[in-house]
Amino acid sequence: MEGILKVAMPGLILVVEALVLLLVALLHVAYTTYAERKIIGHMQQRLGPNRVGPRGLLQPIADVLKLLTKEDIVPLGTEKTLFYLAPFISLVAGATSLAVIPVWEKFALANVNVGLLVILALSSLSSYGVILSGWASNSRYAFLGGLRASAQVVSYEVAMALSLVGVMLMAGSMNLAEIVKAQVASPFKVYAIPQIVGFFVFMISAIAETNRVPFDLPEAETELVAGYFVEYSGIRFGLFYLAEYFGMVVMSAVAVTCFLGGWSGPFEIPGVPFFWFLVKLYALLFFYIWVRATLPRYRYDQLMGLGWKLLIPLSLLNILITGLIKLWV
Amino acid sequence: MGETVLAAKYLPILILAILVFAIGLSMVIINQILGLRRPYPEKRVRYECGLPPSGEPRHPFSVKFYAIAILFVVFDVEAVFLYPWAVSFGKLGALAYVEMVVFIVLLLVAYVYAWIRGAFQWE
Repeated sequence: MEGILKVAMPGLILVVEALVLLLVALLHVAYTTYAERKIIGHMQQRLGPNRVGPRGLLQPIADVLKLLTKEDIVPLGTEKTLFYLAPFISLVAGATSLAVIPVWEKFALANVNVGLLVILALSSLSSYGVILSGWASNSRYAFLGGLRASAQVVSYEVAMALSLVGVMLMAGSMNLAEIVKAQVASPFKVYAIPQIVGFFVFMISAIAETNRVPFDLPEAETELVAGYFVEYSGIRFGLFYLAEYFGMVVMSAVAVTCFLGGWSGPFEIPGVPFFWFLVKLYALLFFYIWVRATLPRYRYDQLMGLGWKLLIPLSLLNILITGLIKLWV
Repeated sequence: MGETVLAAKYLPILILAILVFAIGLSMVIINQILGLRRPYPEKRVRYECGLPPSGEPRHPFSVKFYAIAILFVVFDVEAVFLYPWAVSFGKLGALAYVEMVVFIVLLLVAYVYAWIRGAFQWE
């Protein structure tokens, strides 16, 4: 009995930790949707959701309940297996990246040496969900949306991958906790100042990777209705929605970790070691929403041009200059 | 022993992935139980703004998308080569820098060629 307990205990603790992390993240994702509607509402001189619960605070829960009771319509002529699988690929790939992010000094679910590589790999995988749903839906809008999304995501994937090389050069590690420690030890305390070009490229690519305004061409509702998930209904649509917001939270968390000094802050808050991490995370999420309320949508040729003609050369130049400076110092 | 320790480090990622999948699956199952089910033929027709759908949904598309896919592979491989270089750059010194400059310049030639041939030009 004791032997089994000894083996099972660490595993059980791990599962509980993962579950807690996931539930906290889900809560954040749910209330990001609420914050988005509320903030954009106020930016456009509206009130935003204010009916369900005090100040509309129960709105996300009502939304989930509504989606859970909707009819699950599967159109004729779909590739059944792929159609069912696609939202899961998007969601799992989008949310699993959370495992490697160090929330504070002593807690990262998986403190692996190739943390950044895991994140980039998973964010590449999430584009499979988009492509497969676009293909499997047997619909023109979904097909065009999926096609556009795949080209967009792979283009910005390259820019994003290259923008992080500068961080690796400065920190000499791909382990996210090590990167934060190296930042705290560096003269500027955050890499957003010496790696300003990398930060800029990363943030733009992150918005494009998560298919958000102003790069939401795959789901441009005025031309493609909803893009690749137009044929999904009920909670299957909800899973895509969830995946998009998970993507936002994860990308913001990566930016906080790699460029803004992670959990470190100007002074210690006793008892809440992850205080500064959350402050920075919320600031970046607000930035996402702010961008959405401010900017009009890009045209497709402008979007591809921006990625290939500006961001990729810029990040390559950034790598060369960072290397040169590191060689010098 | 060393290998099991390594595998154990990555185990939490797998656990989280399984948990996410389980939550998604349970939501779909709840949806199946709670959701209405009144299918009729019109409802299951693919969506084209209310009109009866016309033609094939999967029509031919621009060859540009293939070009982008191939360029993506080239640059992603470049990124994969850059990562280990960047991580161990502190120990490698000036020669490694020169080597990487040569590598990037070689790729830039291909990049400029693709640019001139209009691979990044969408009209």
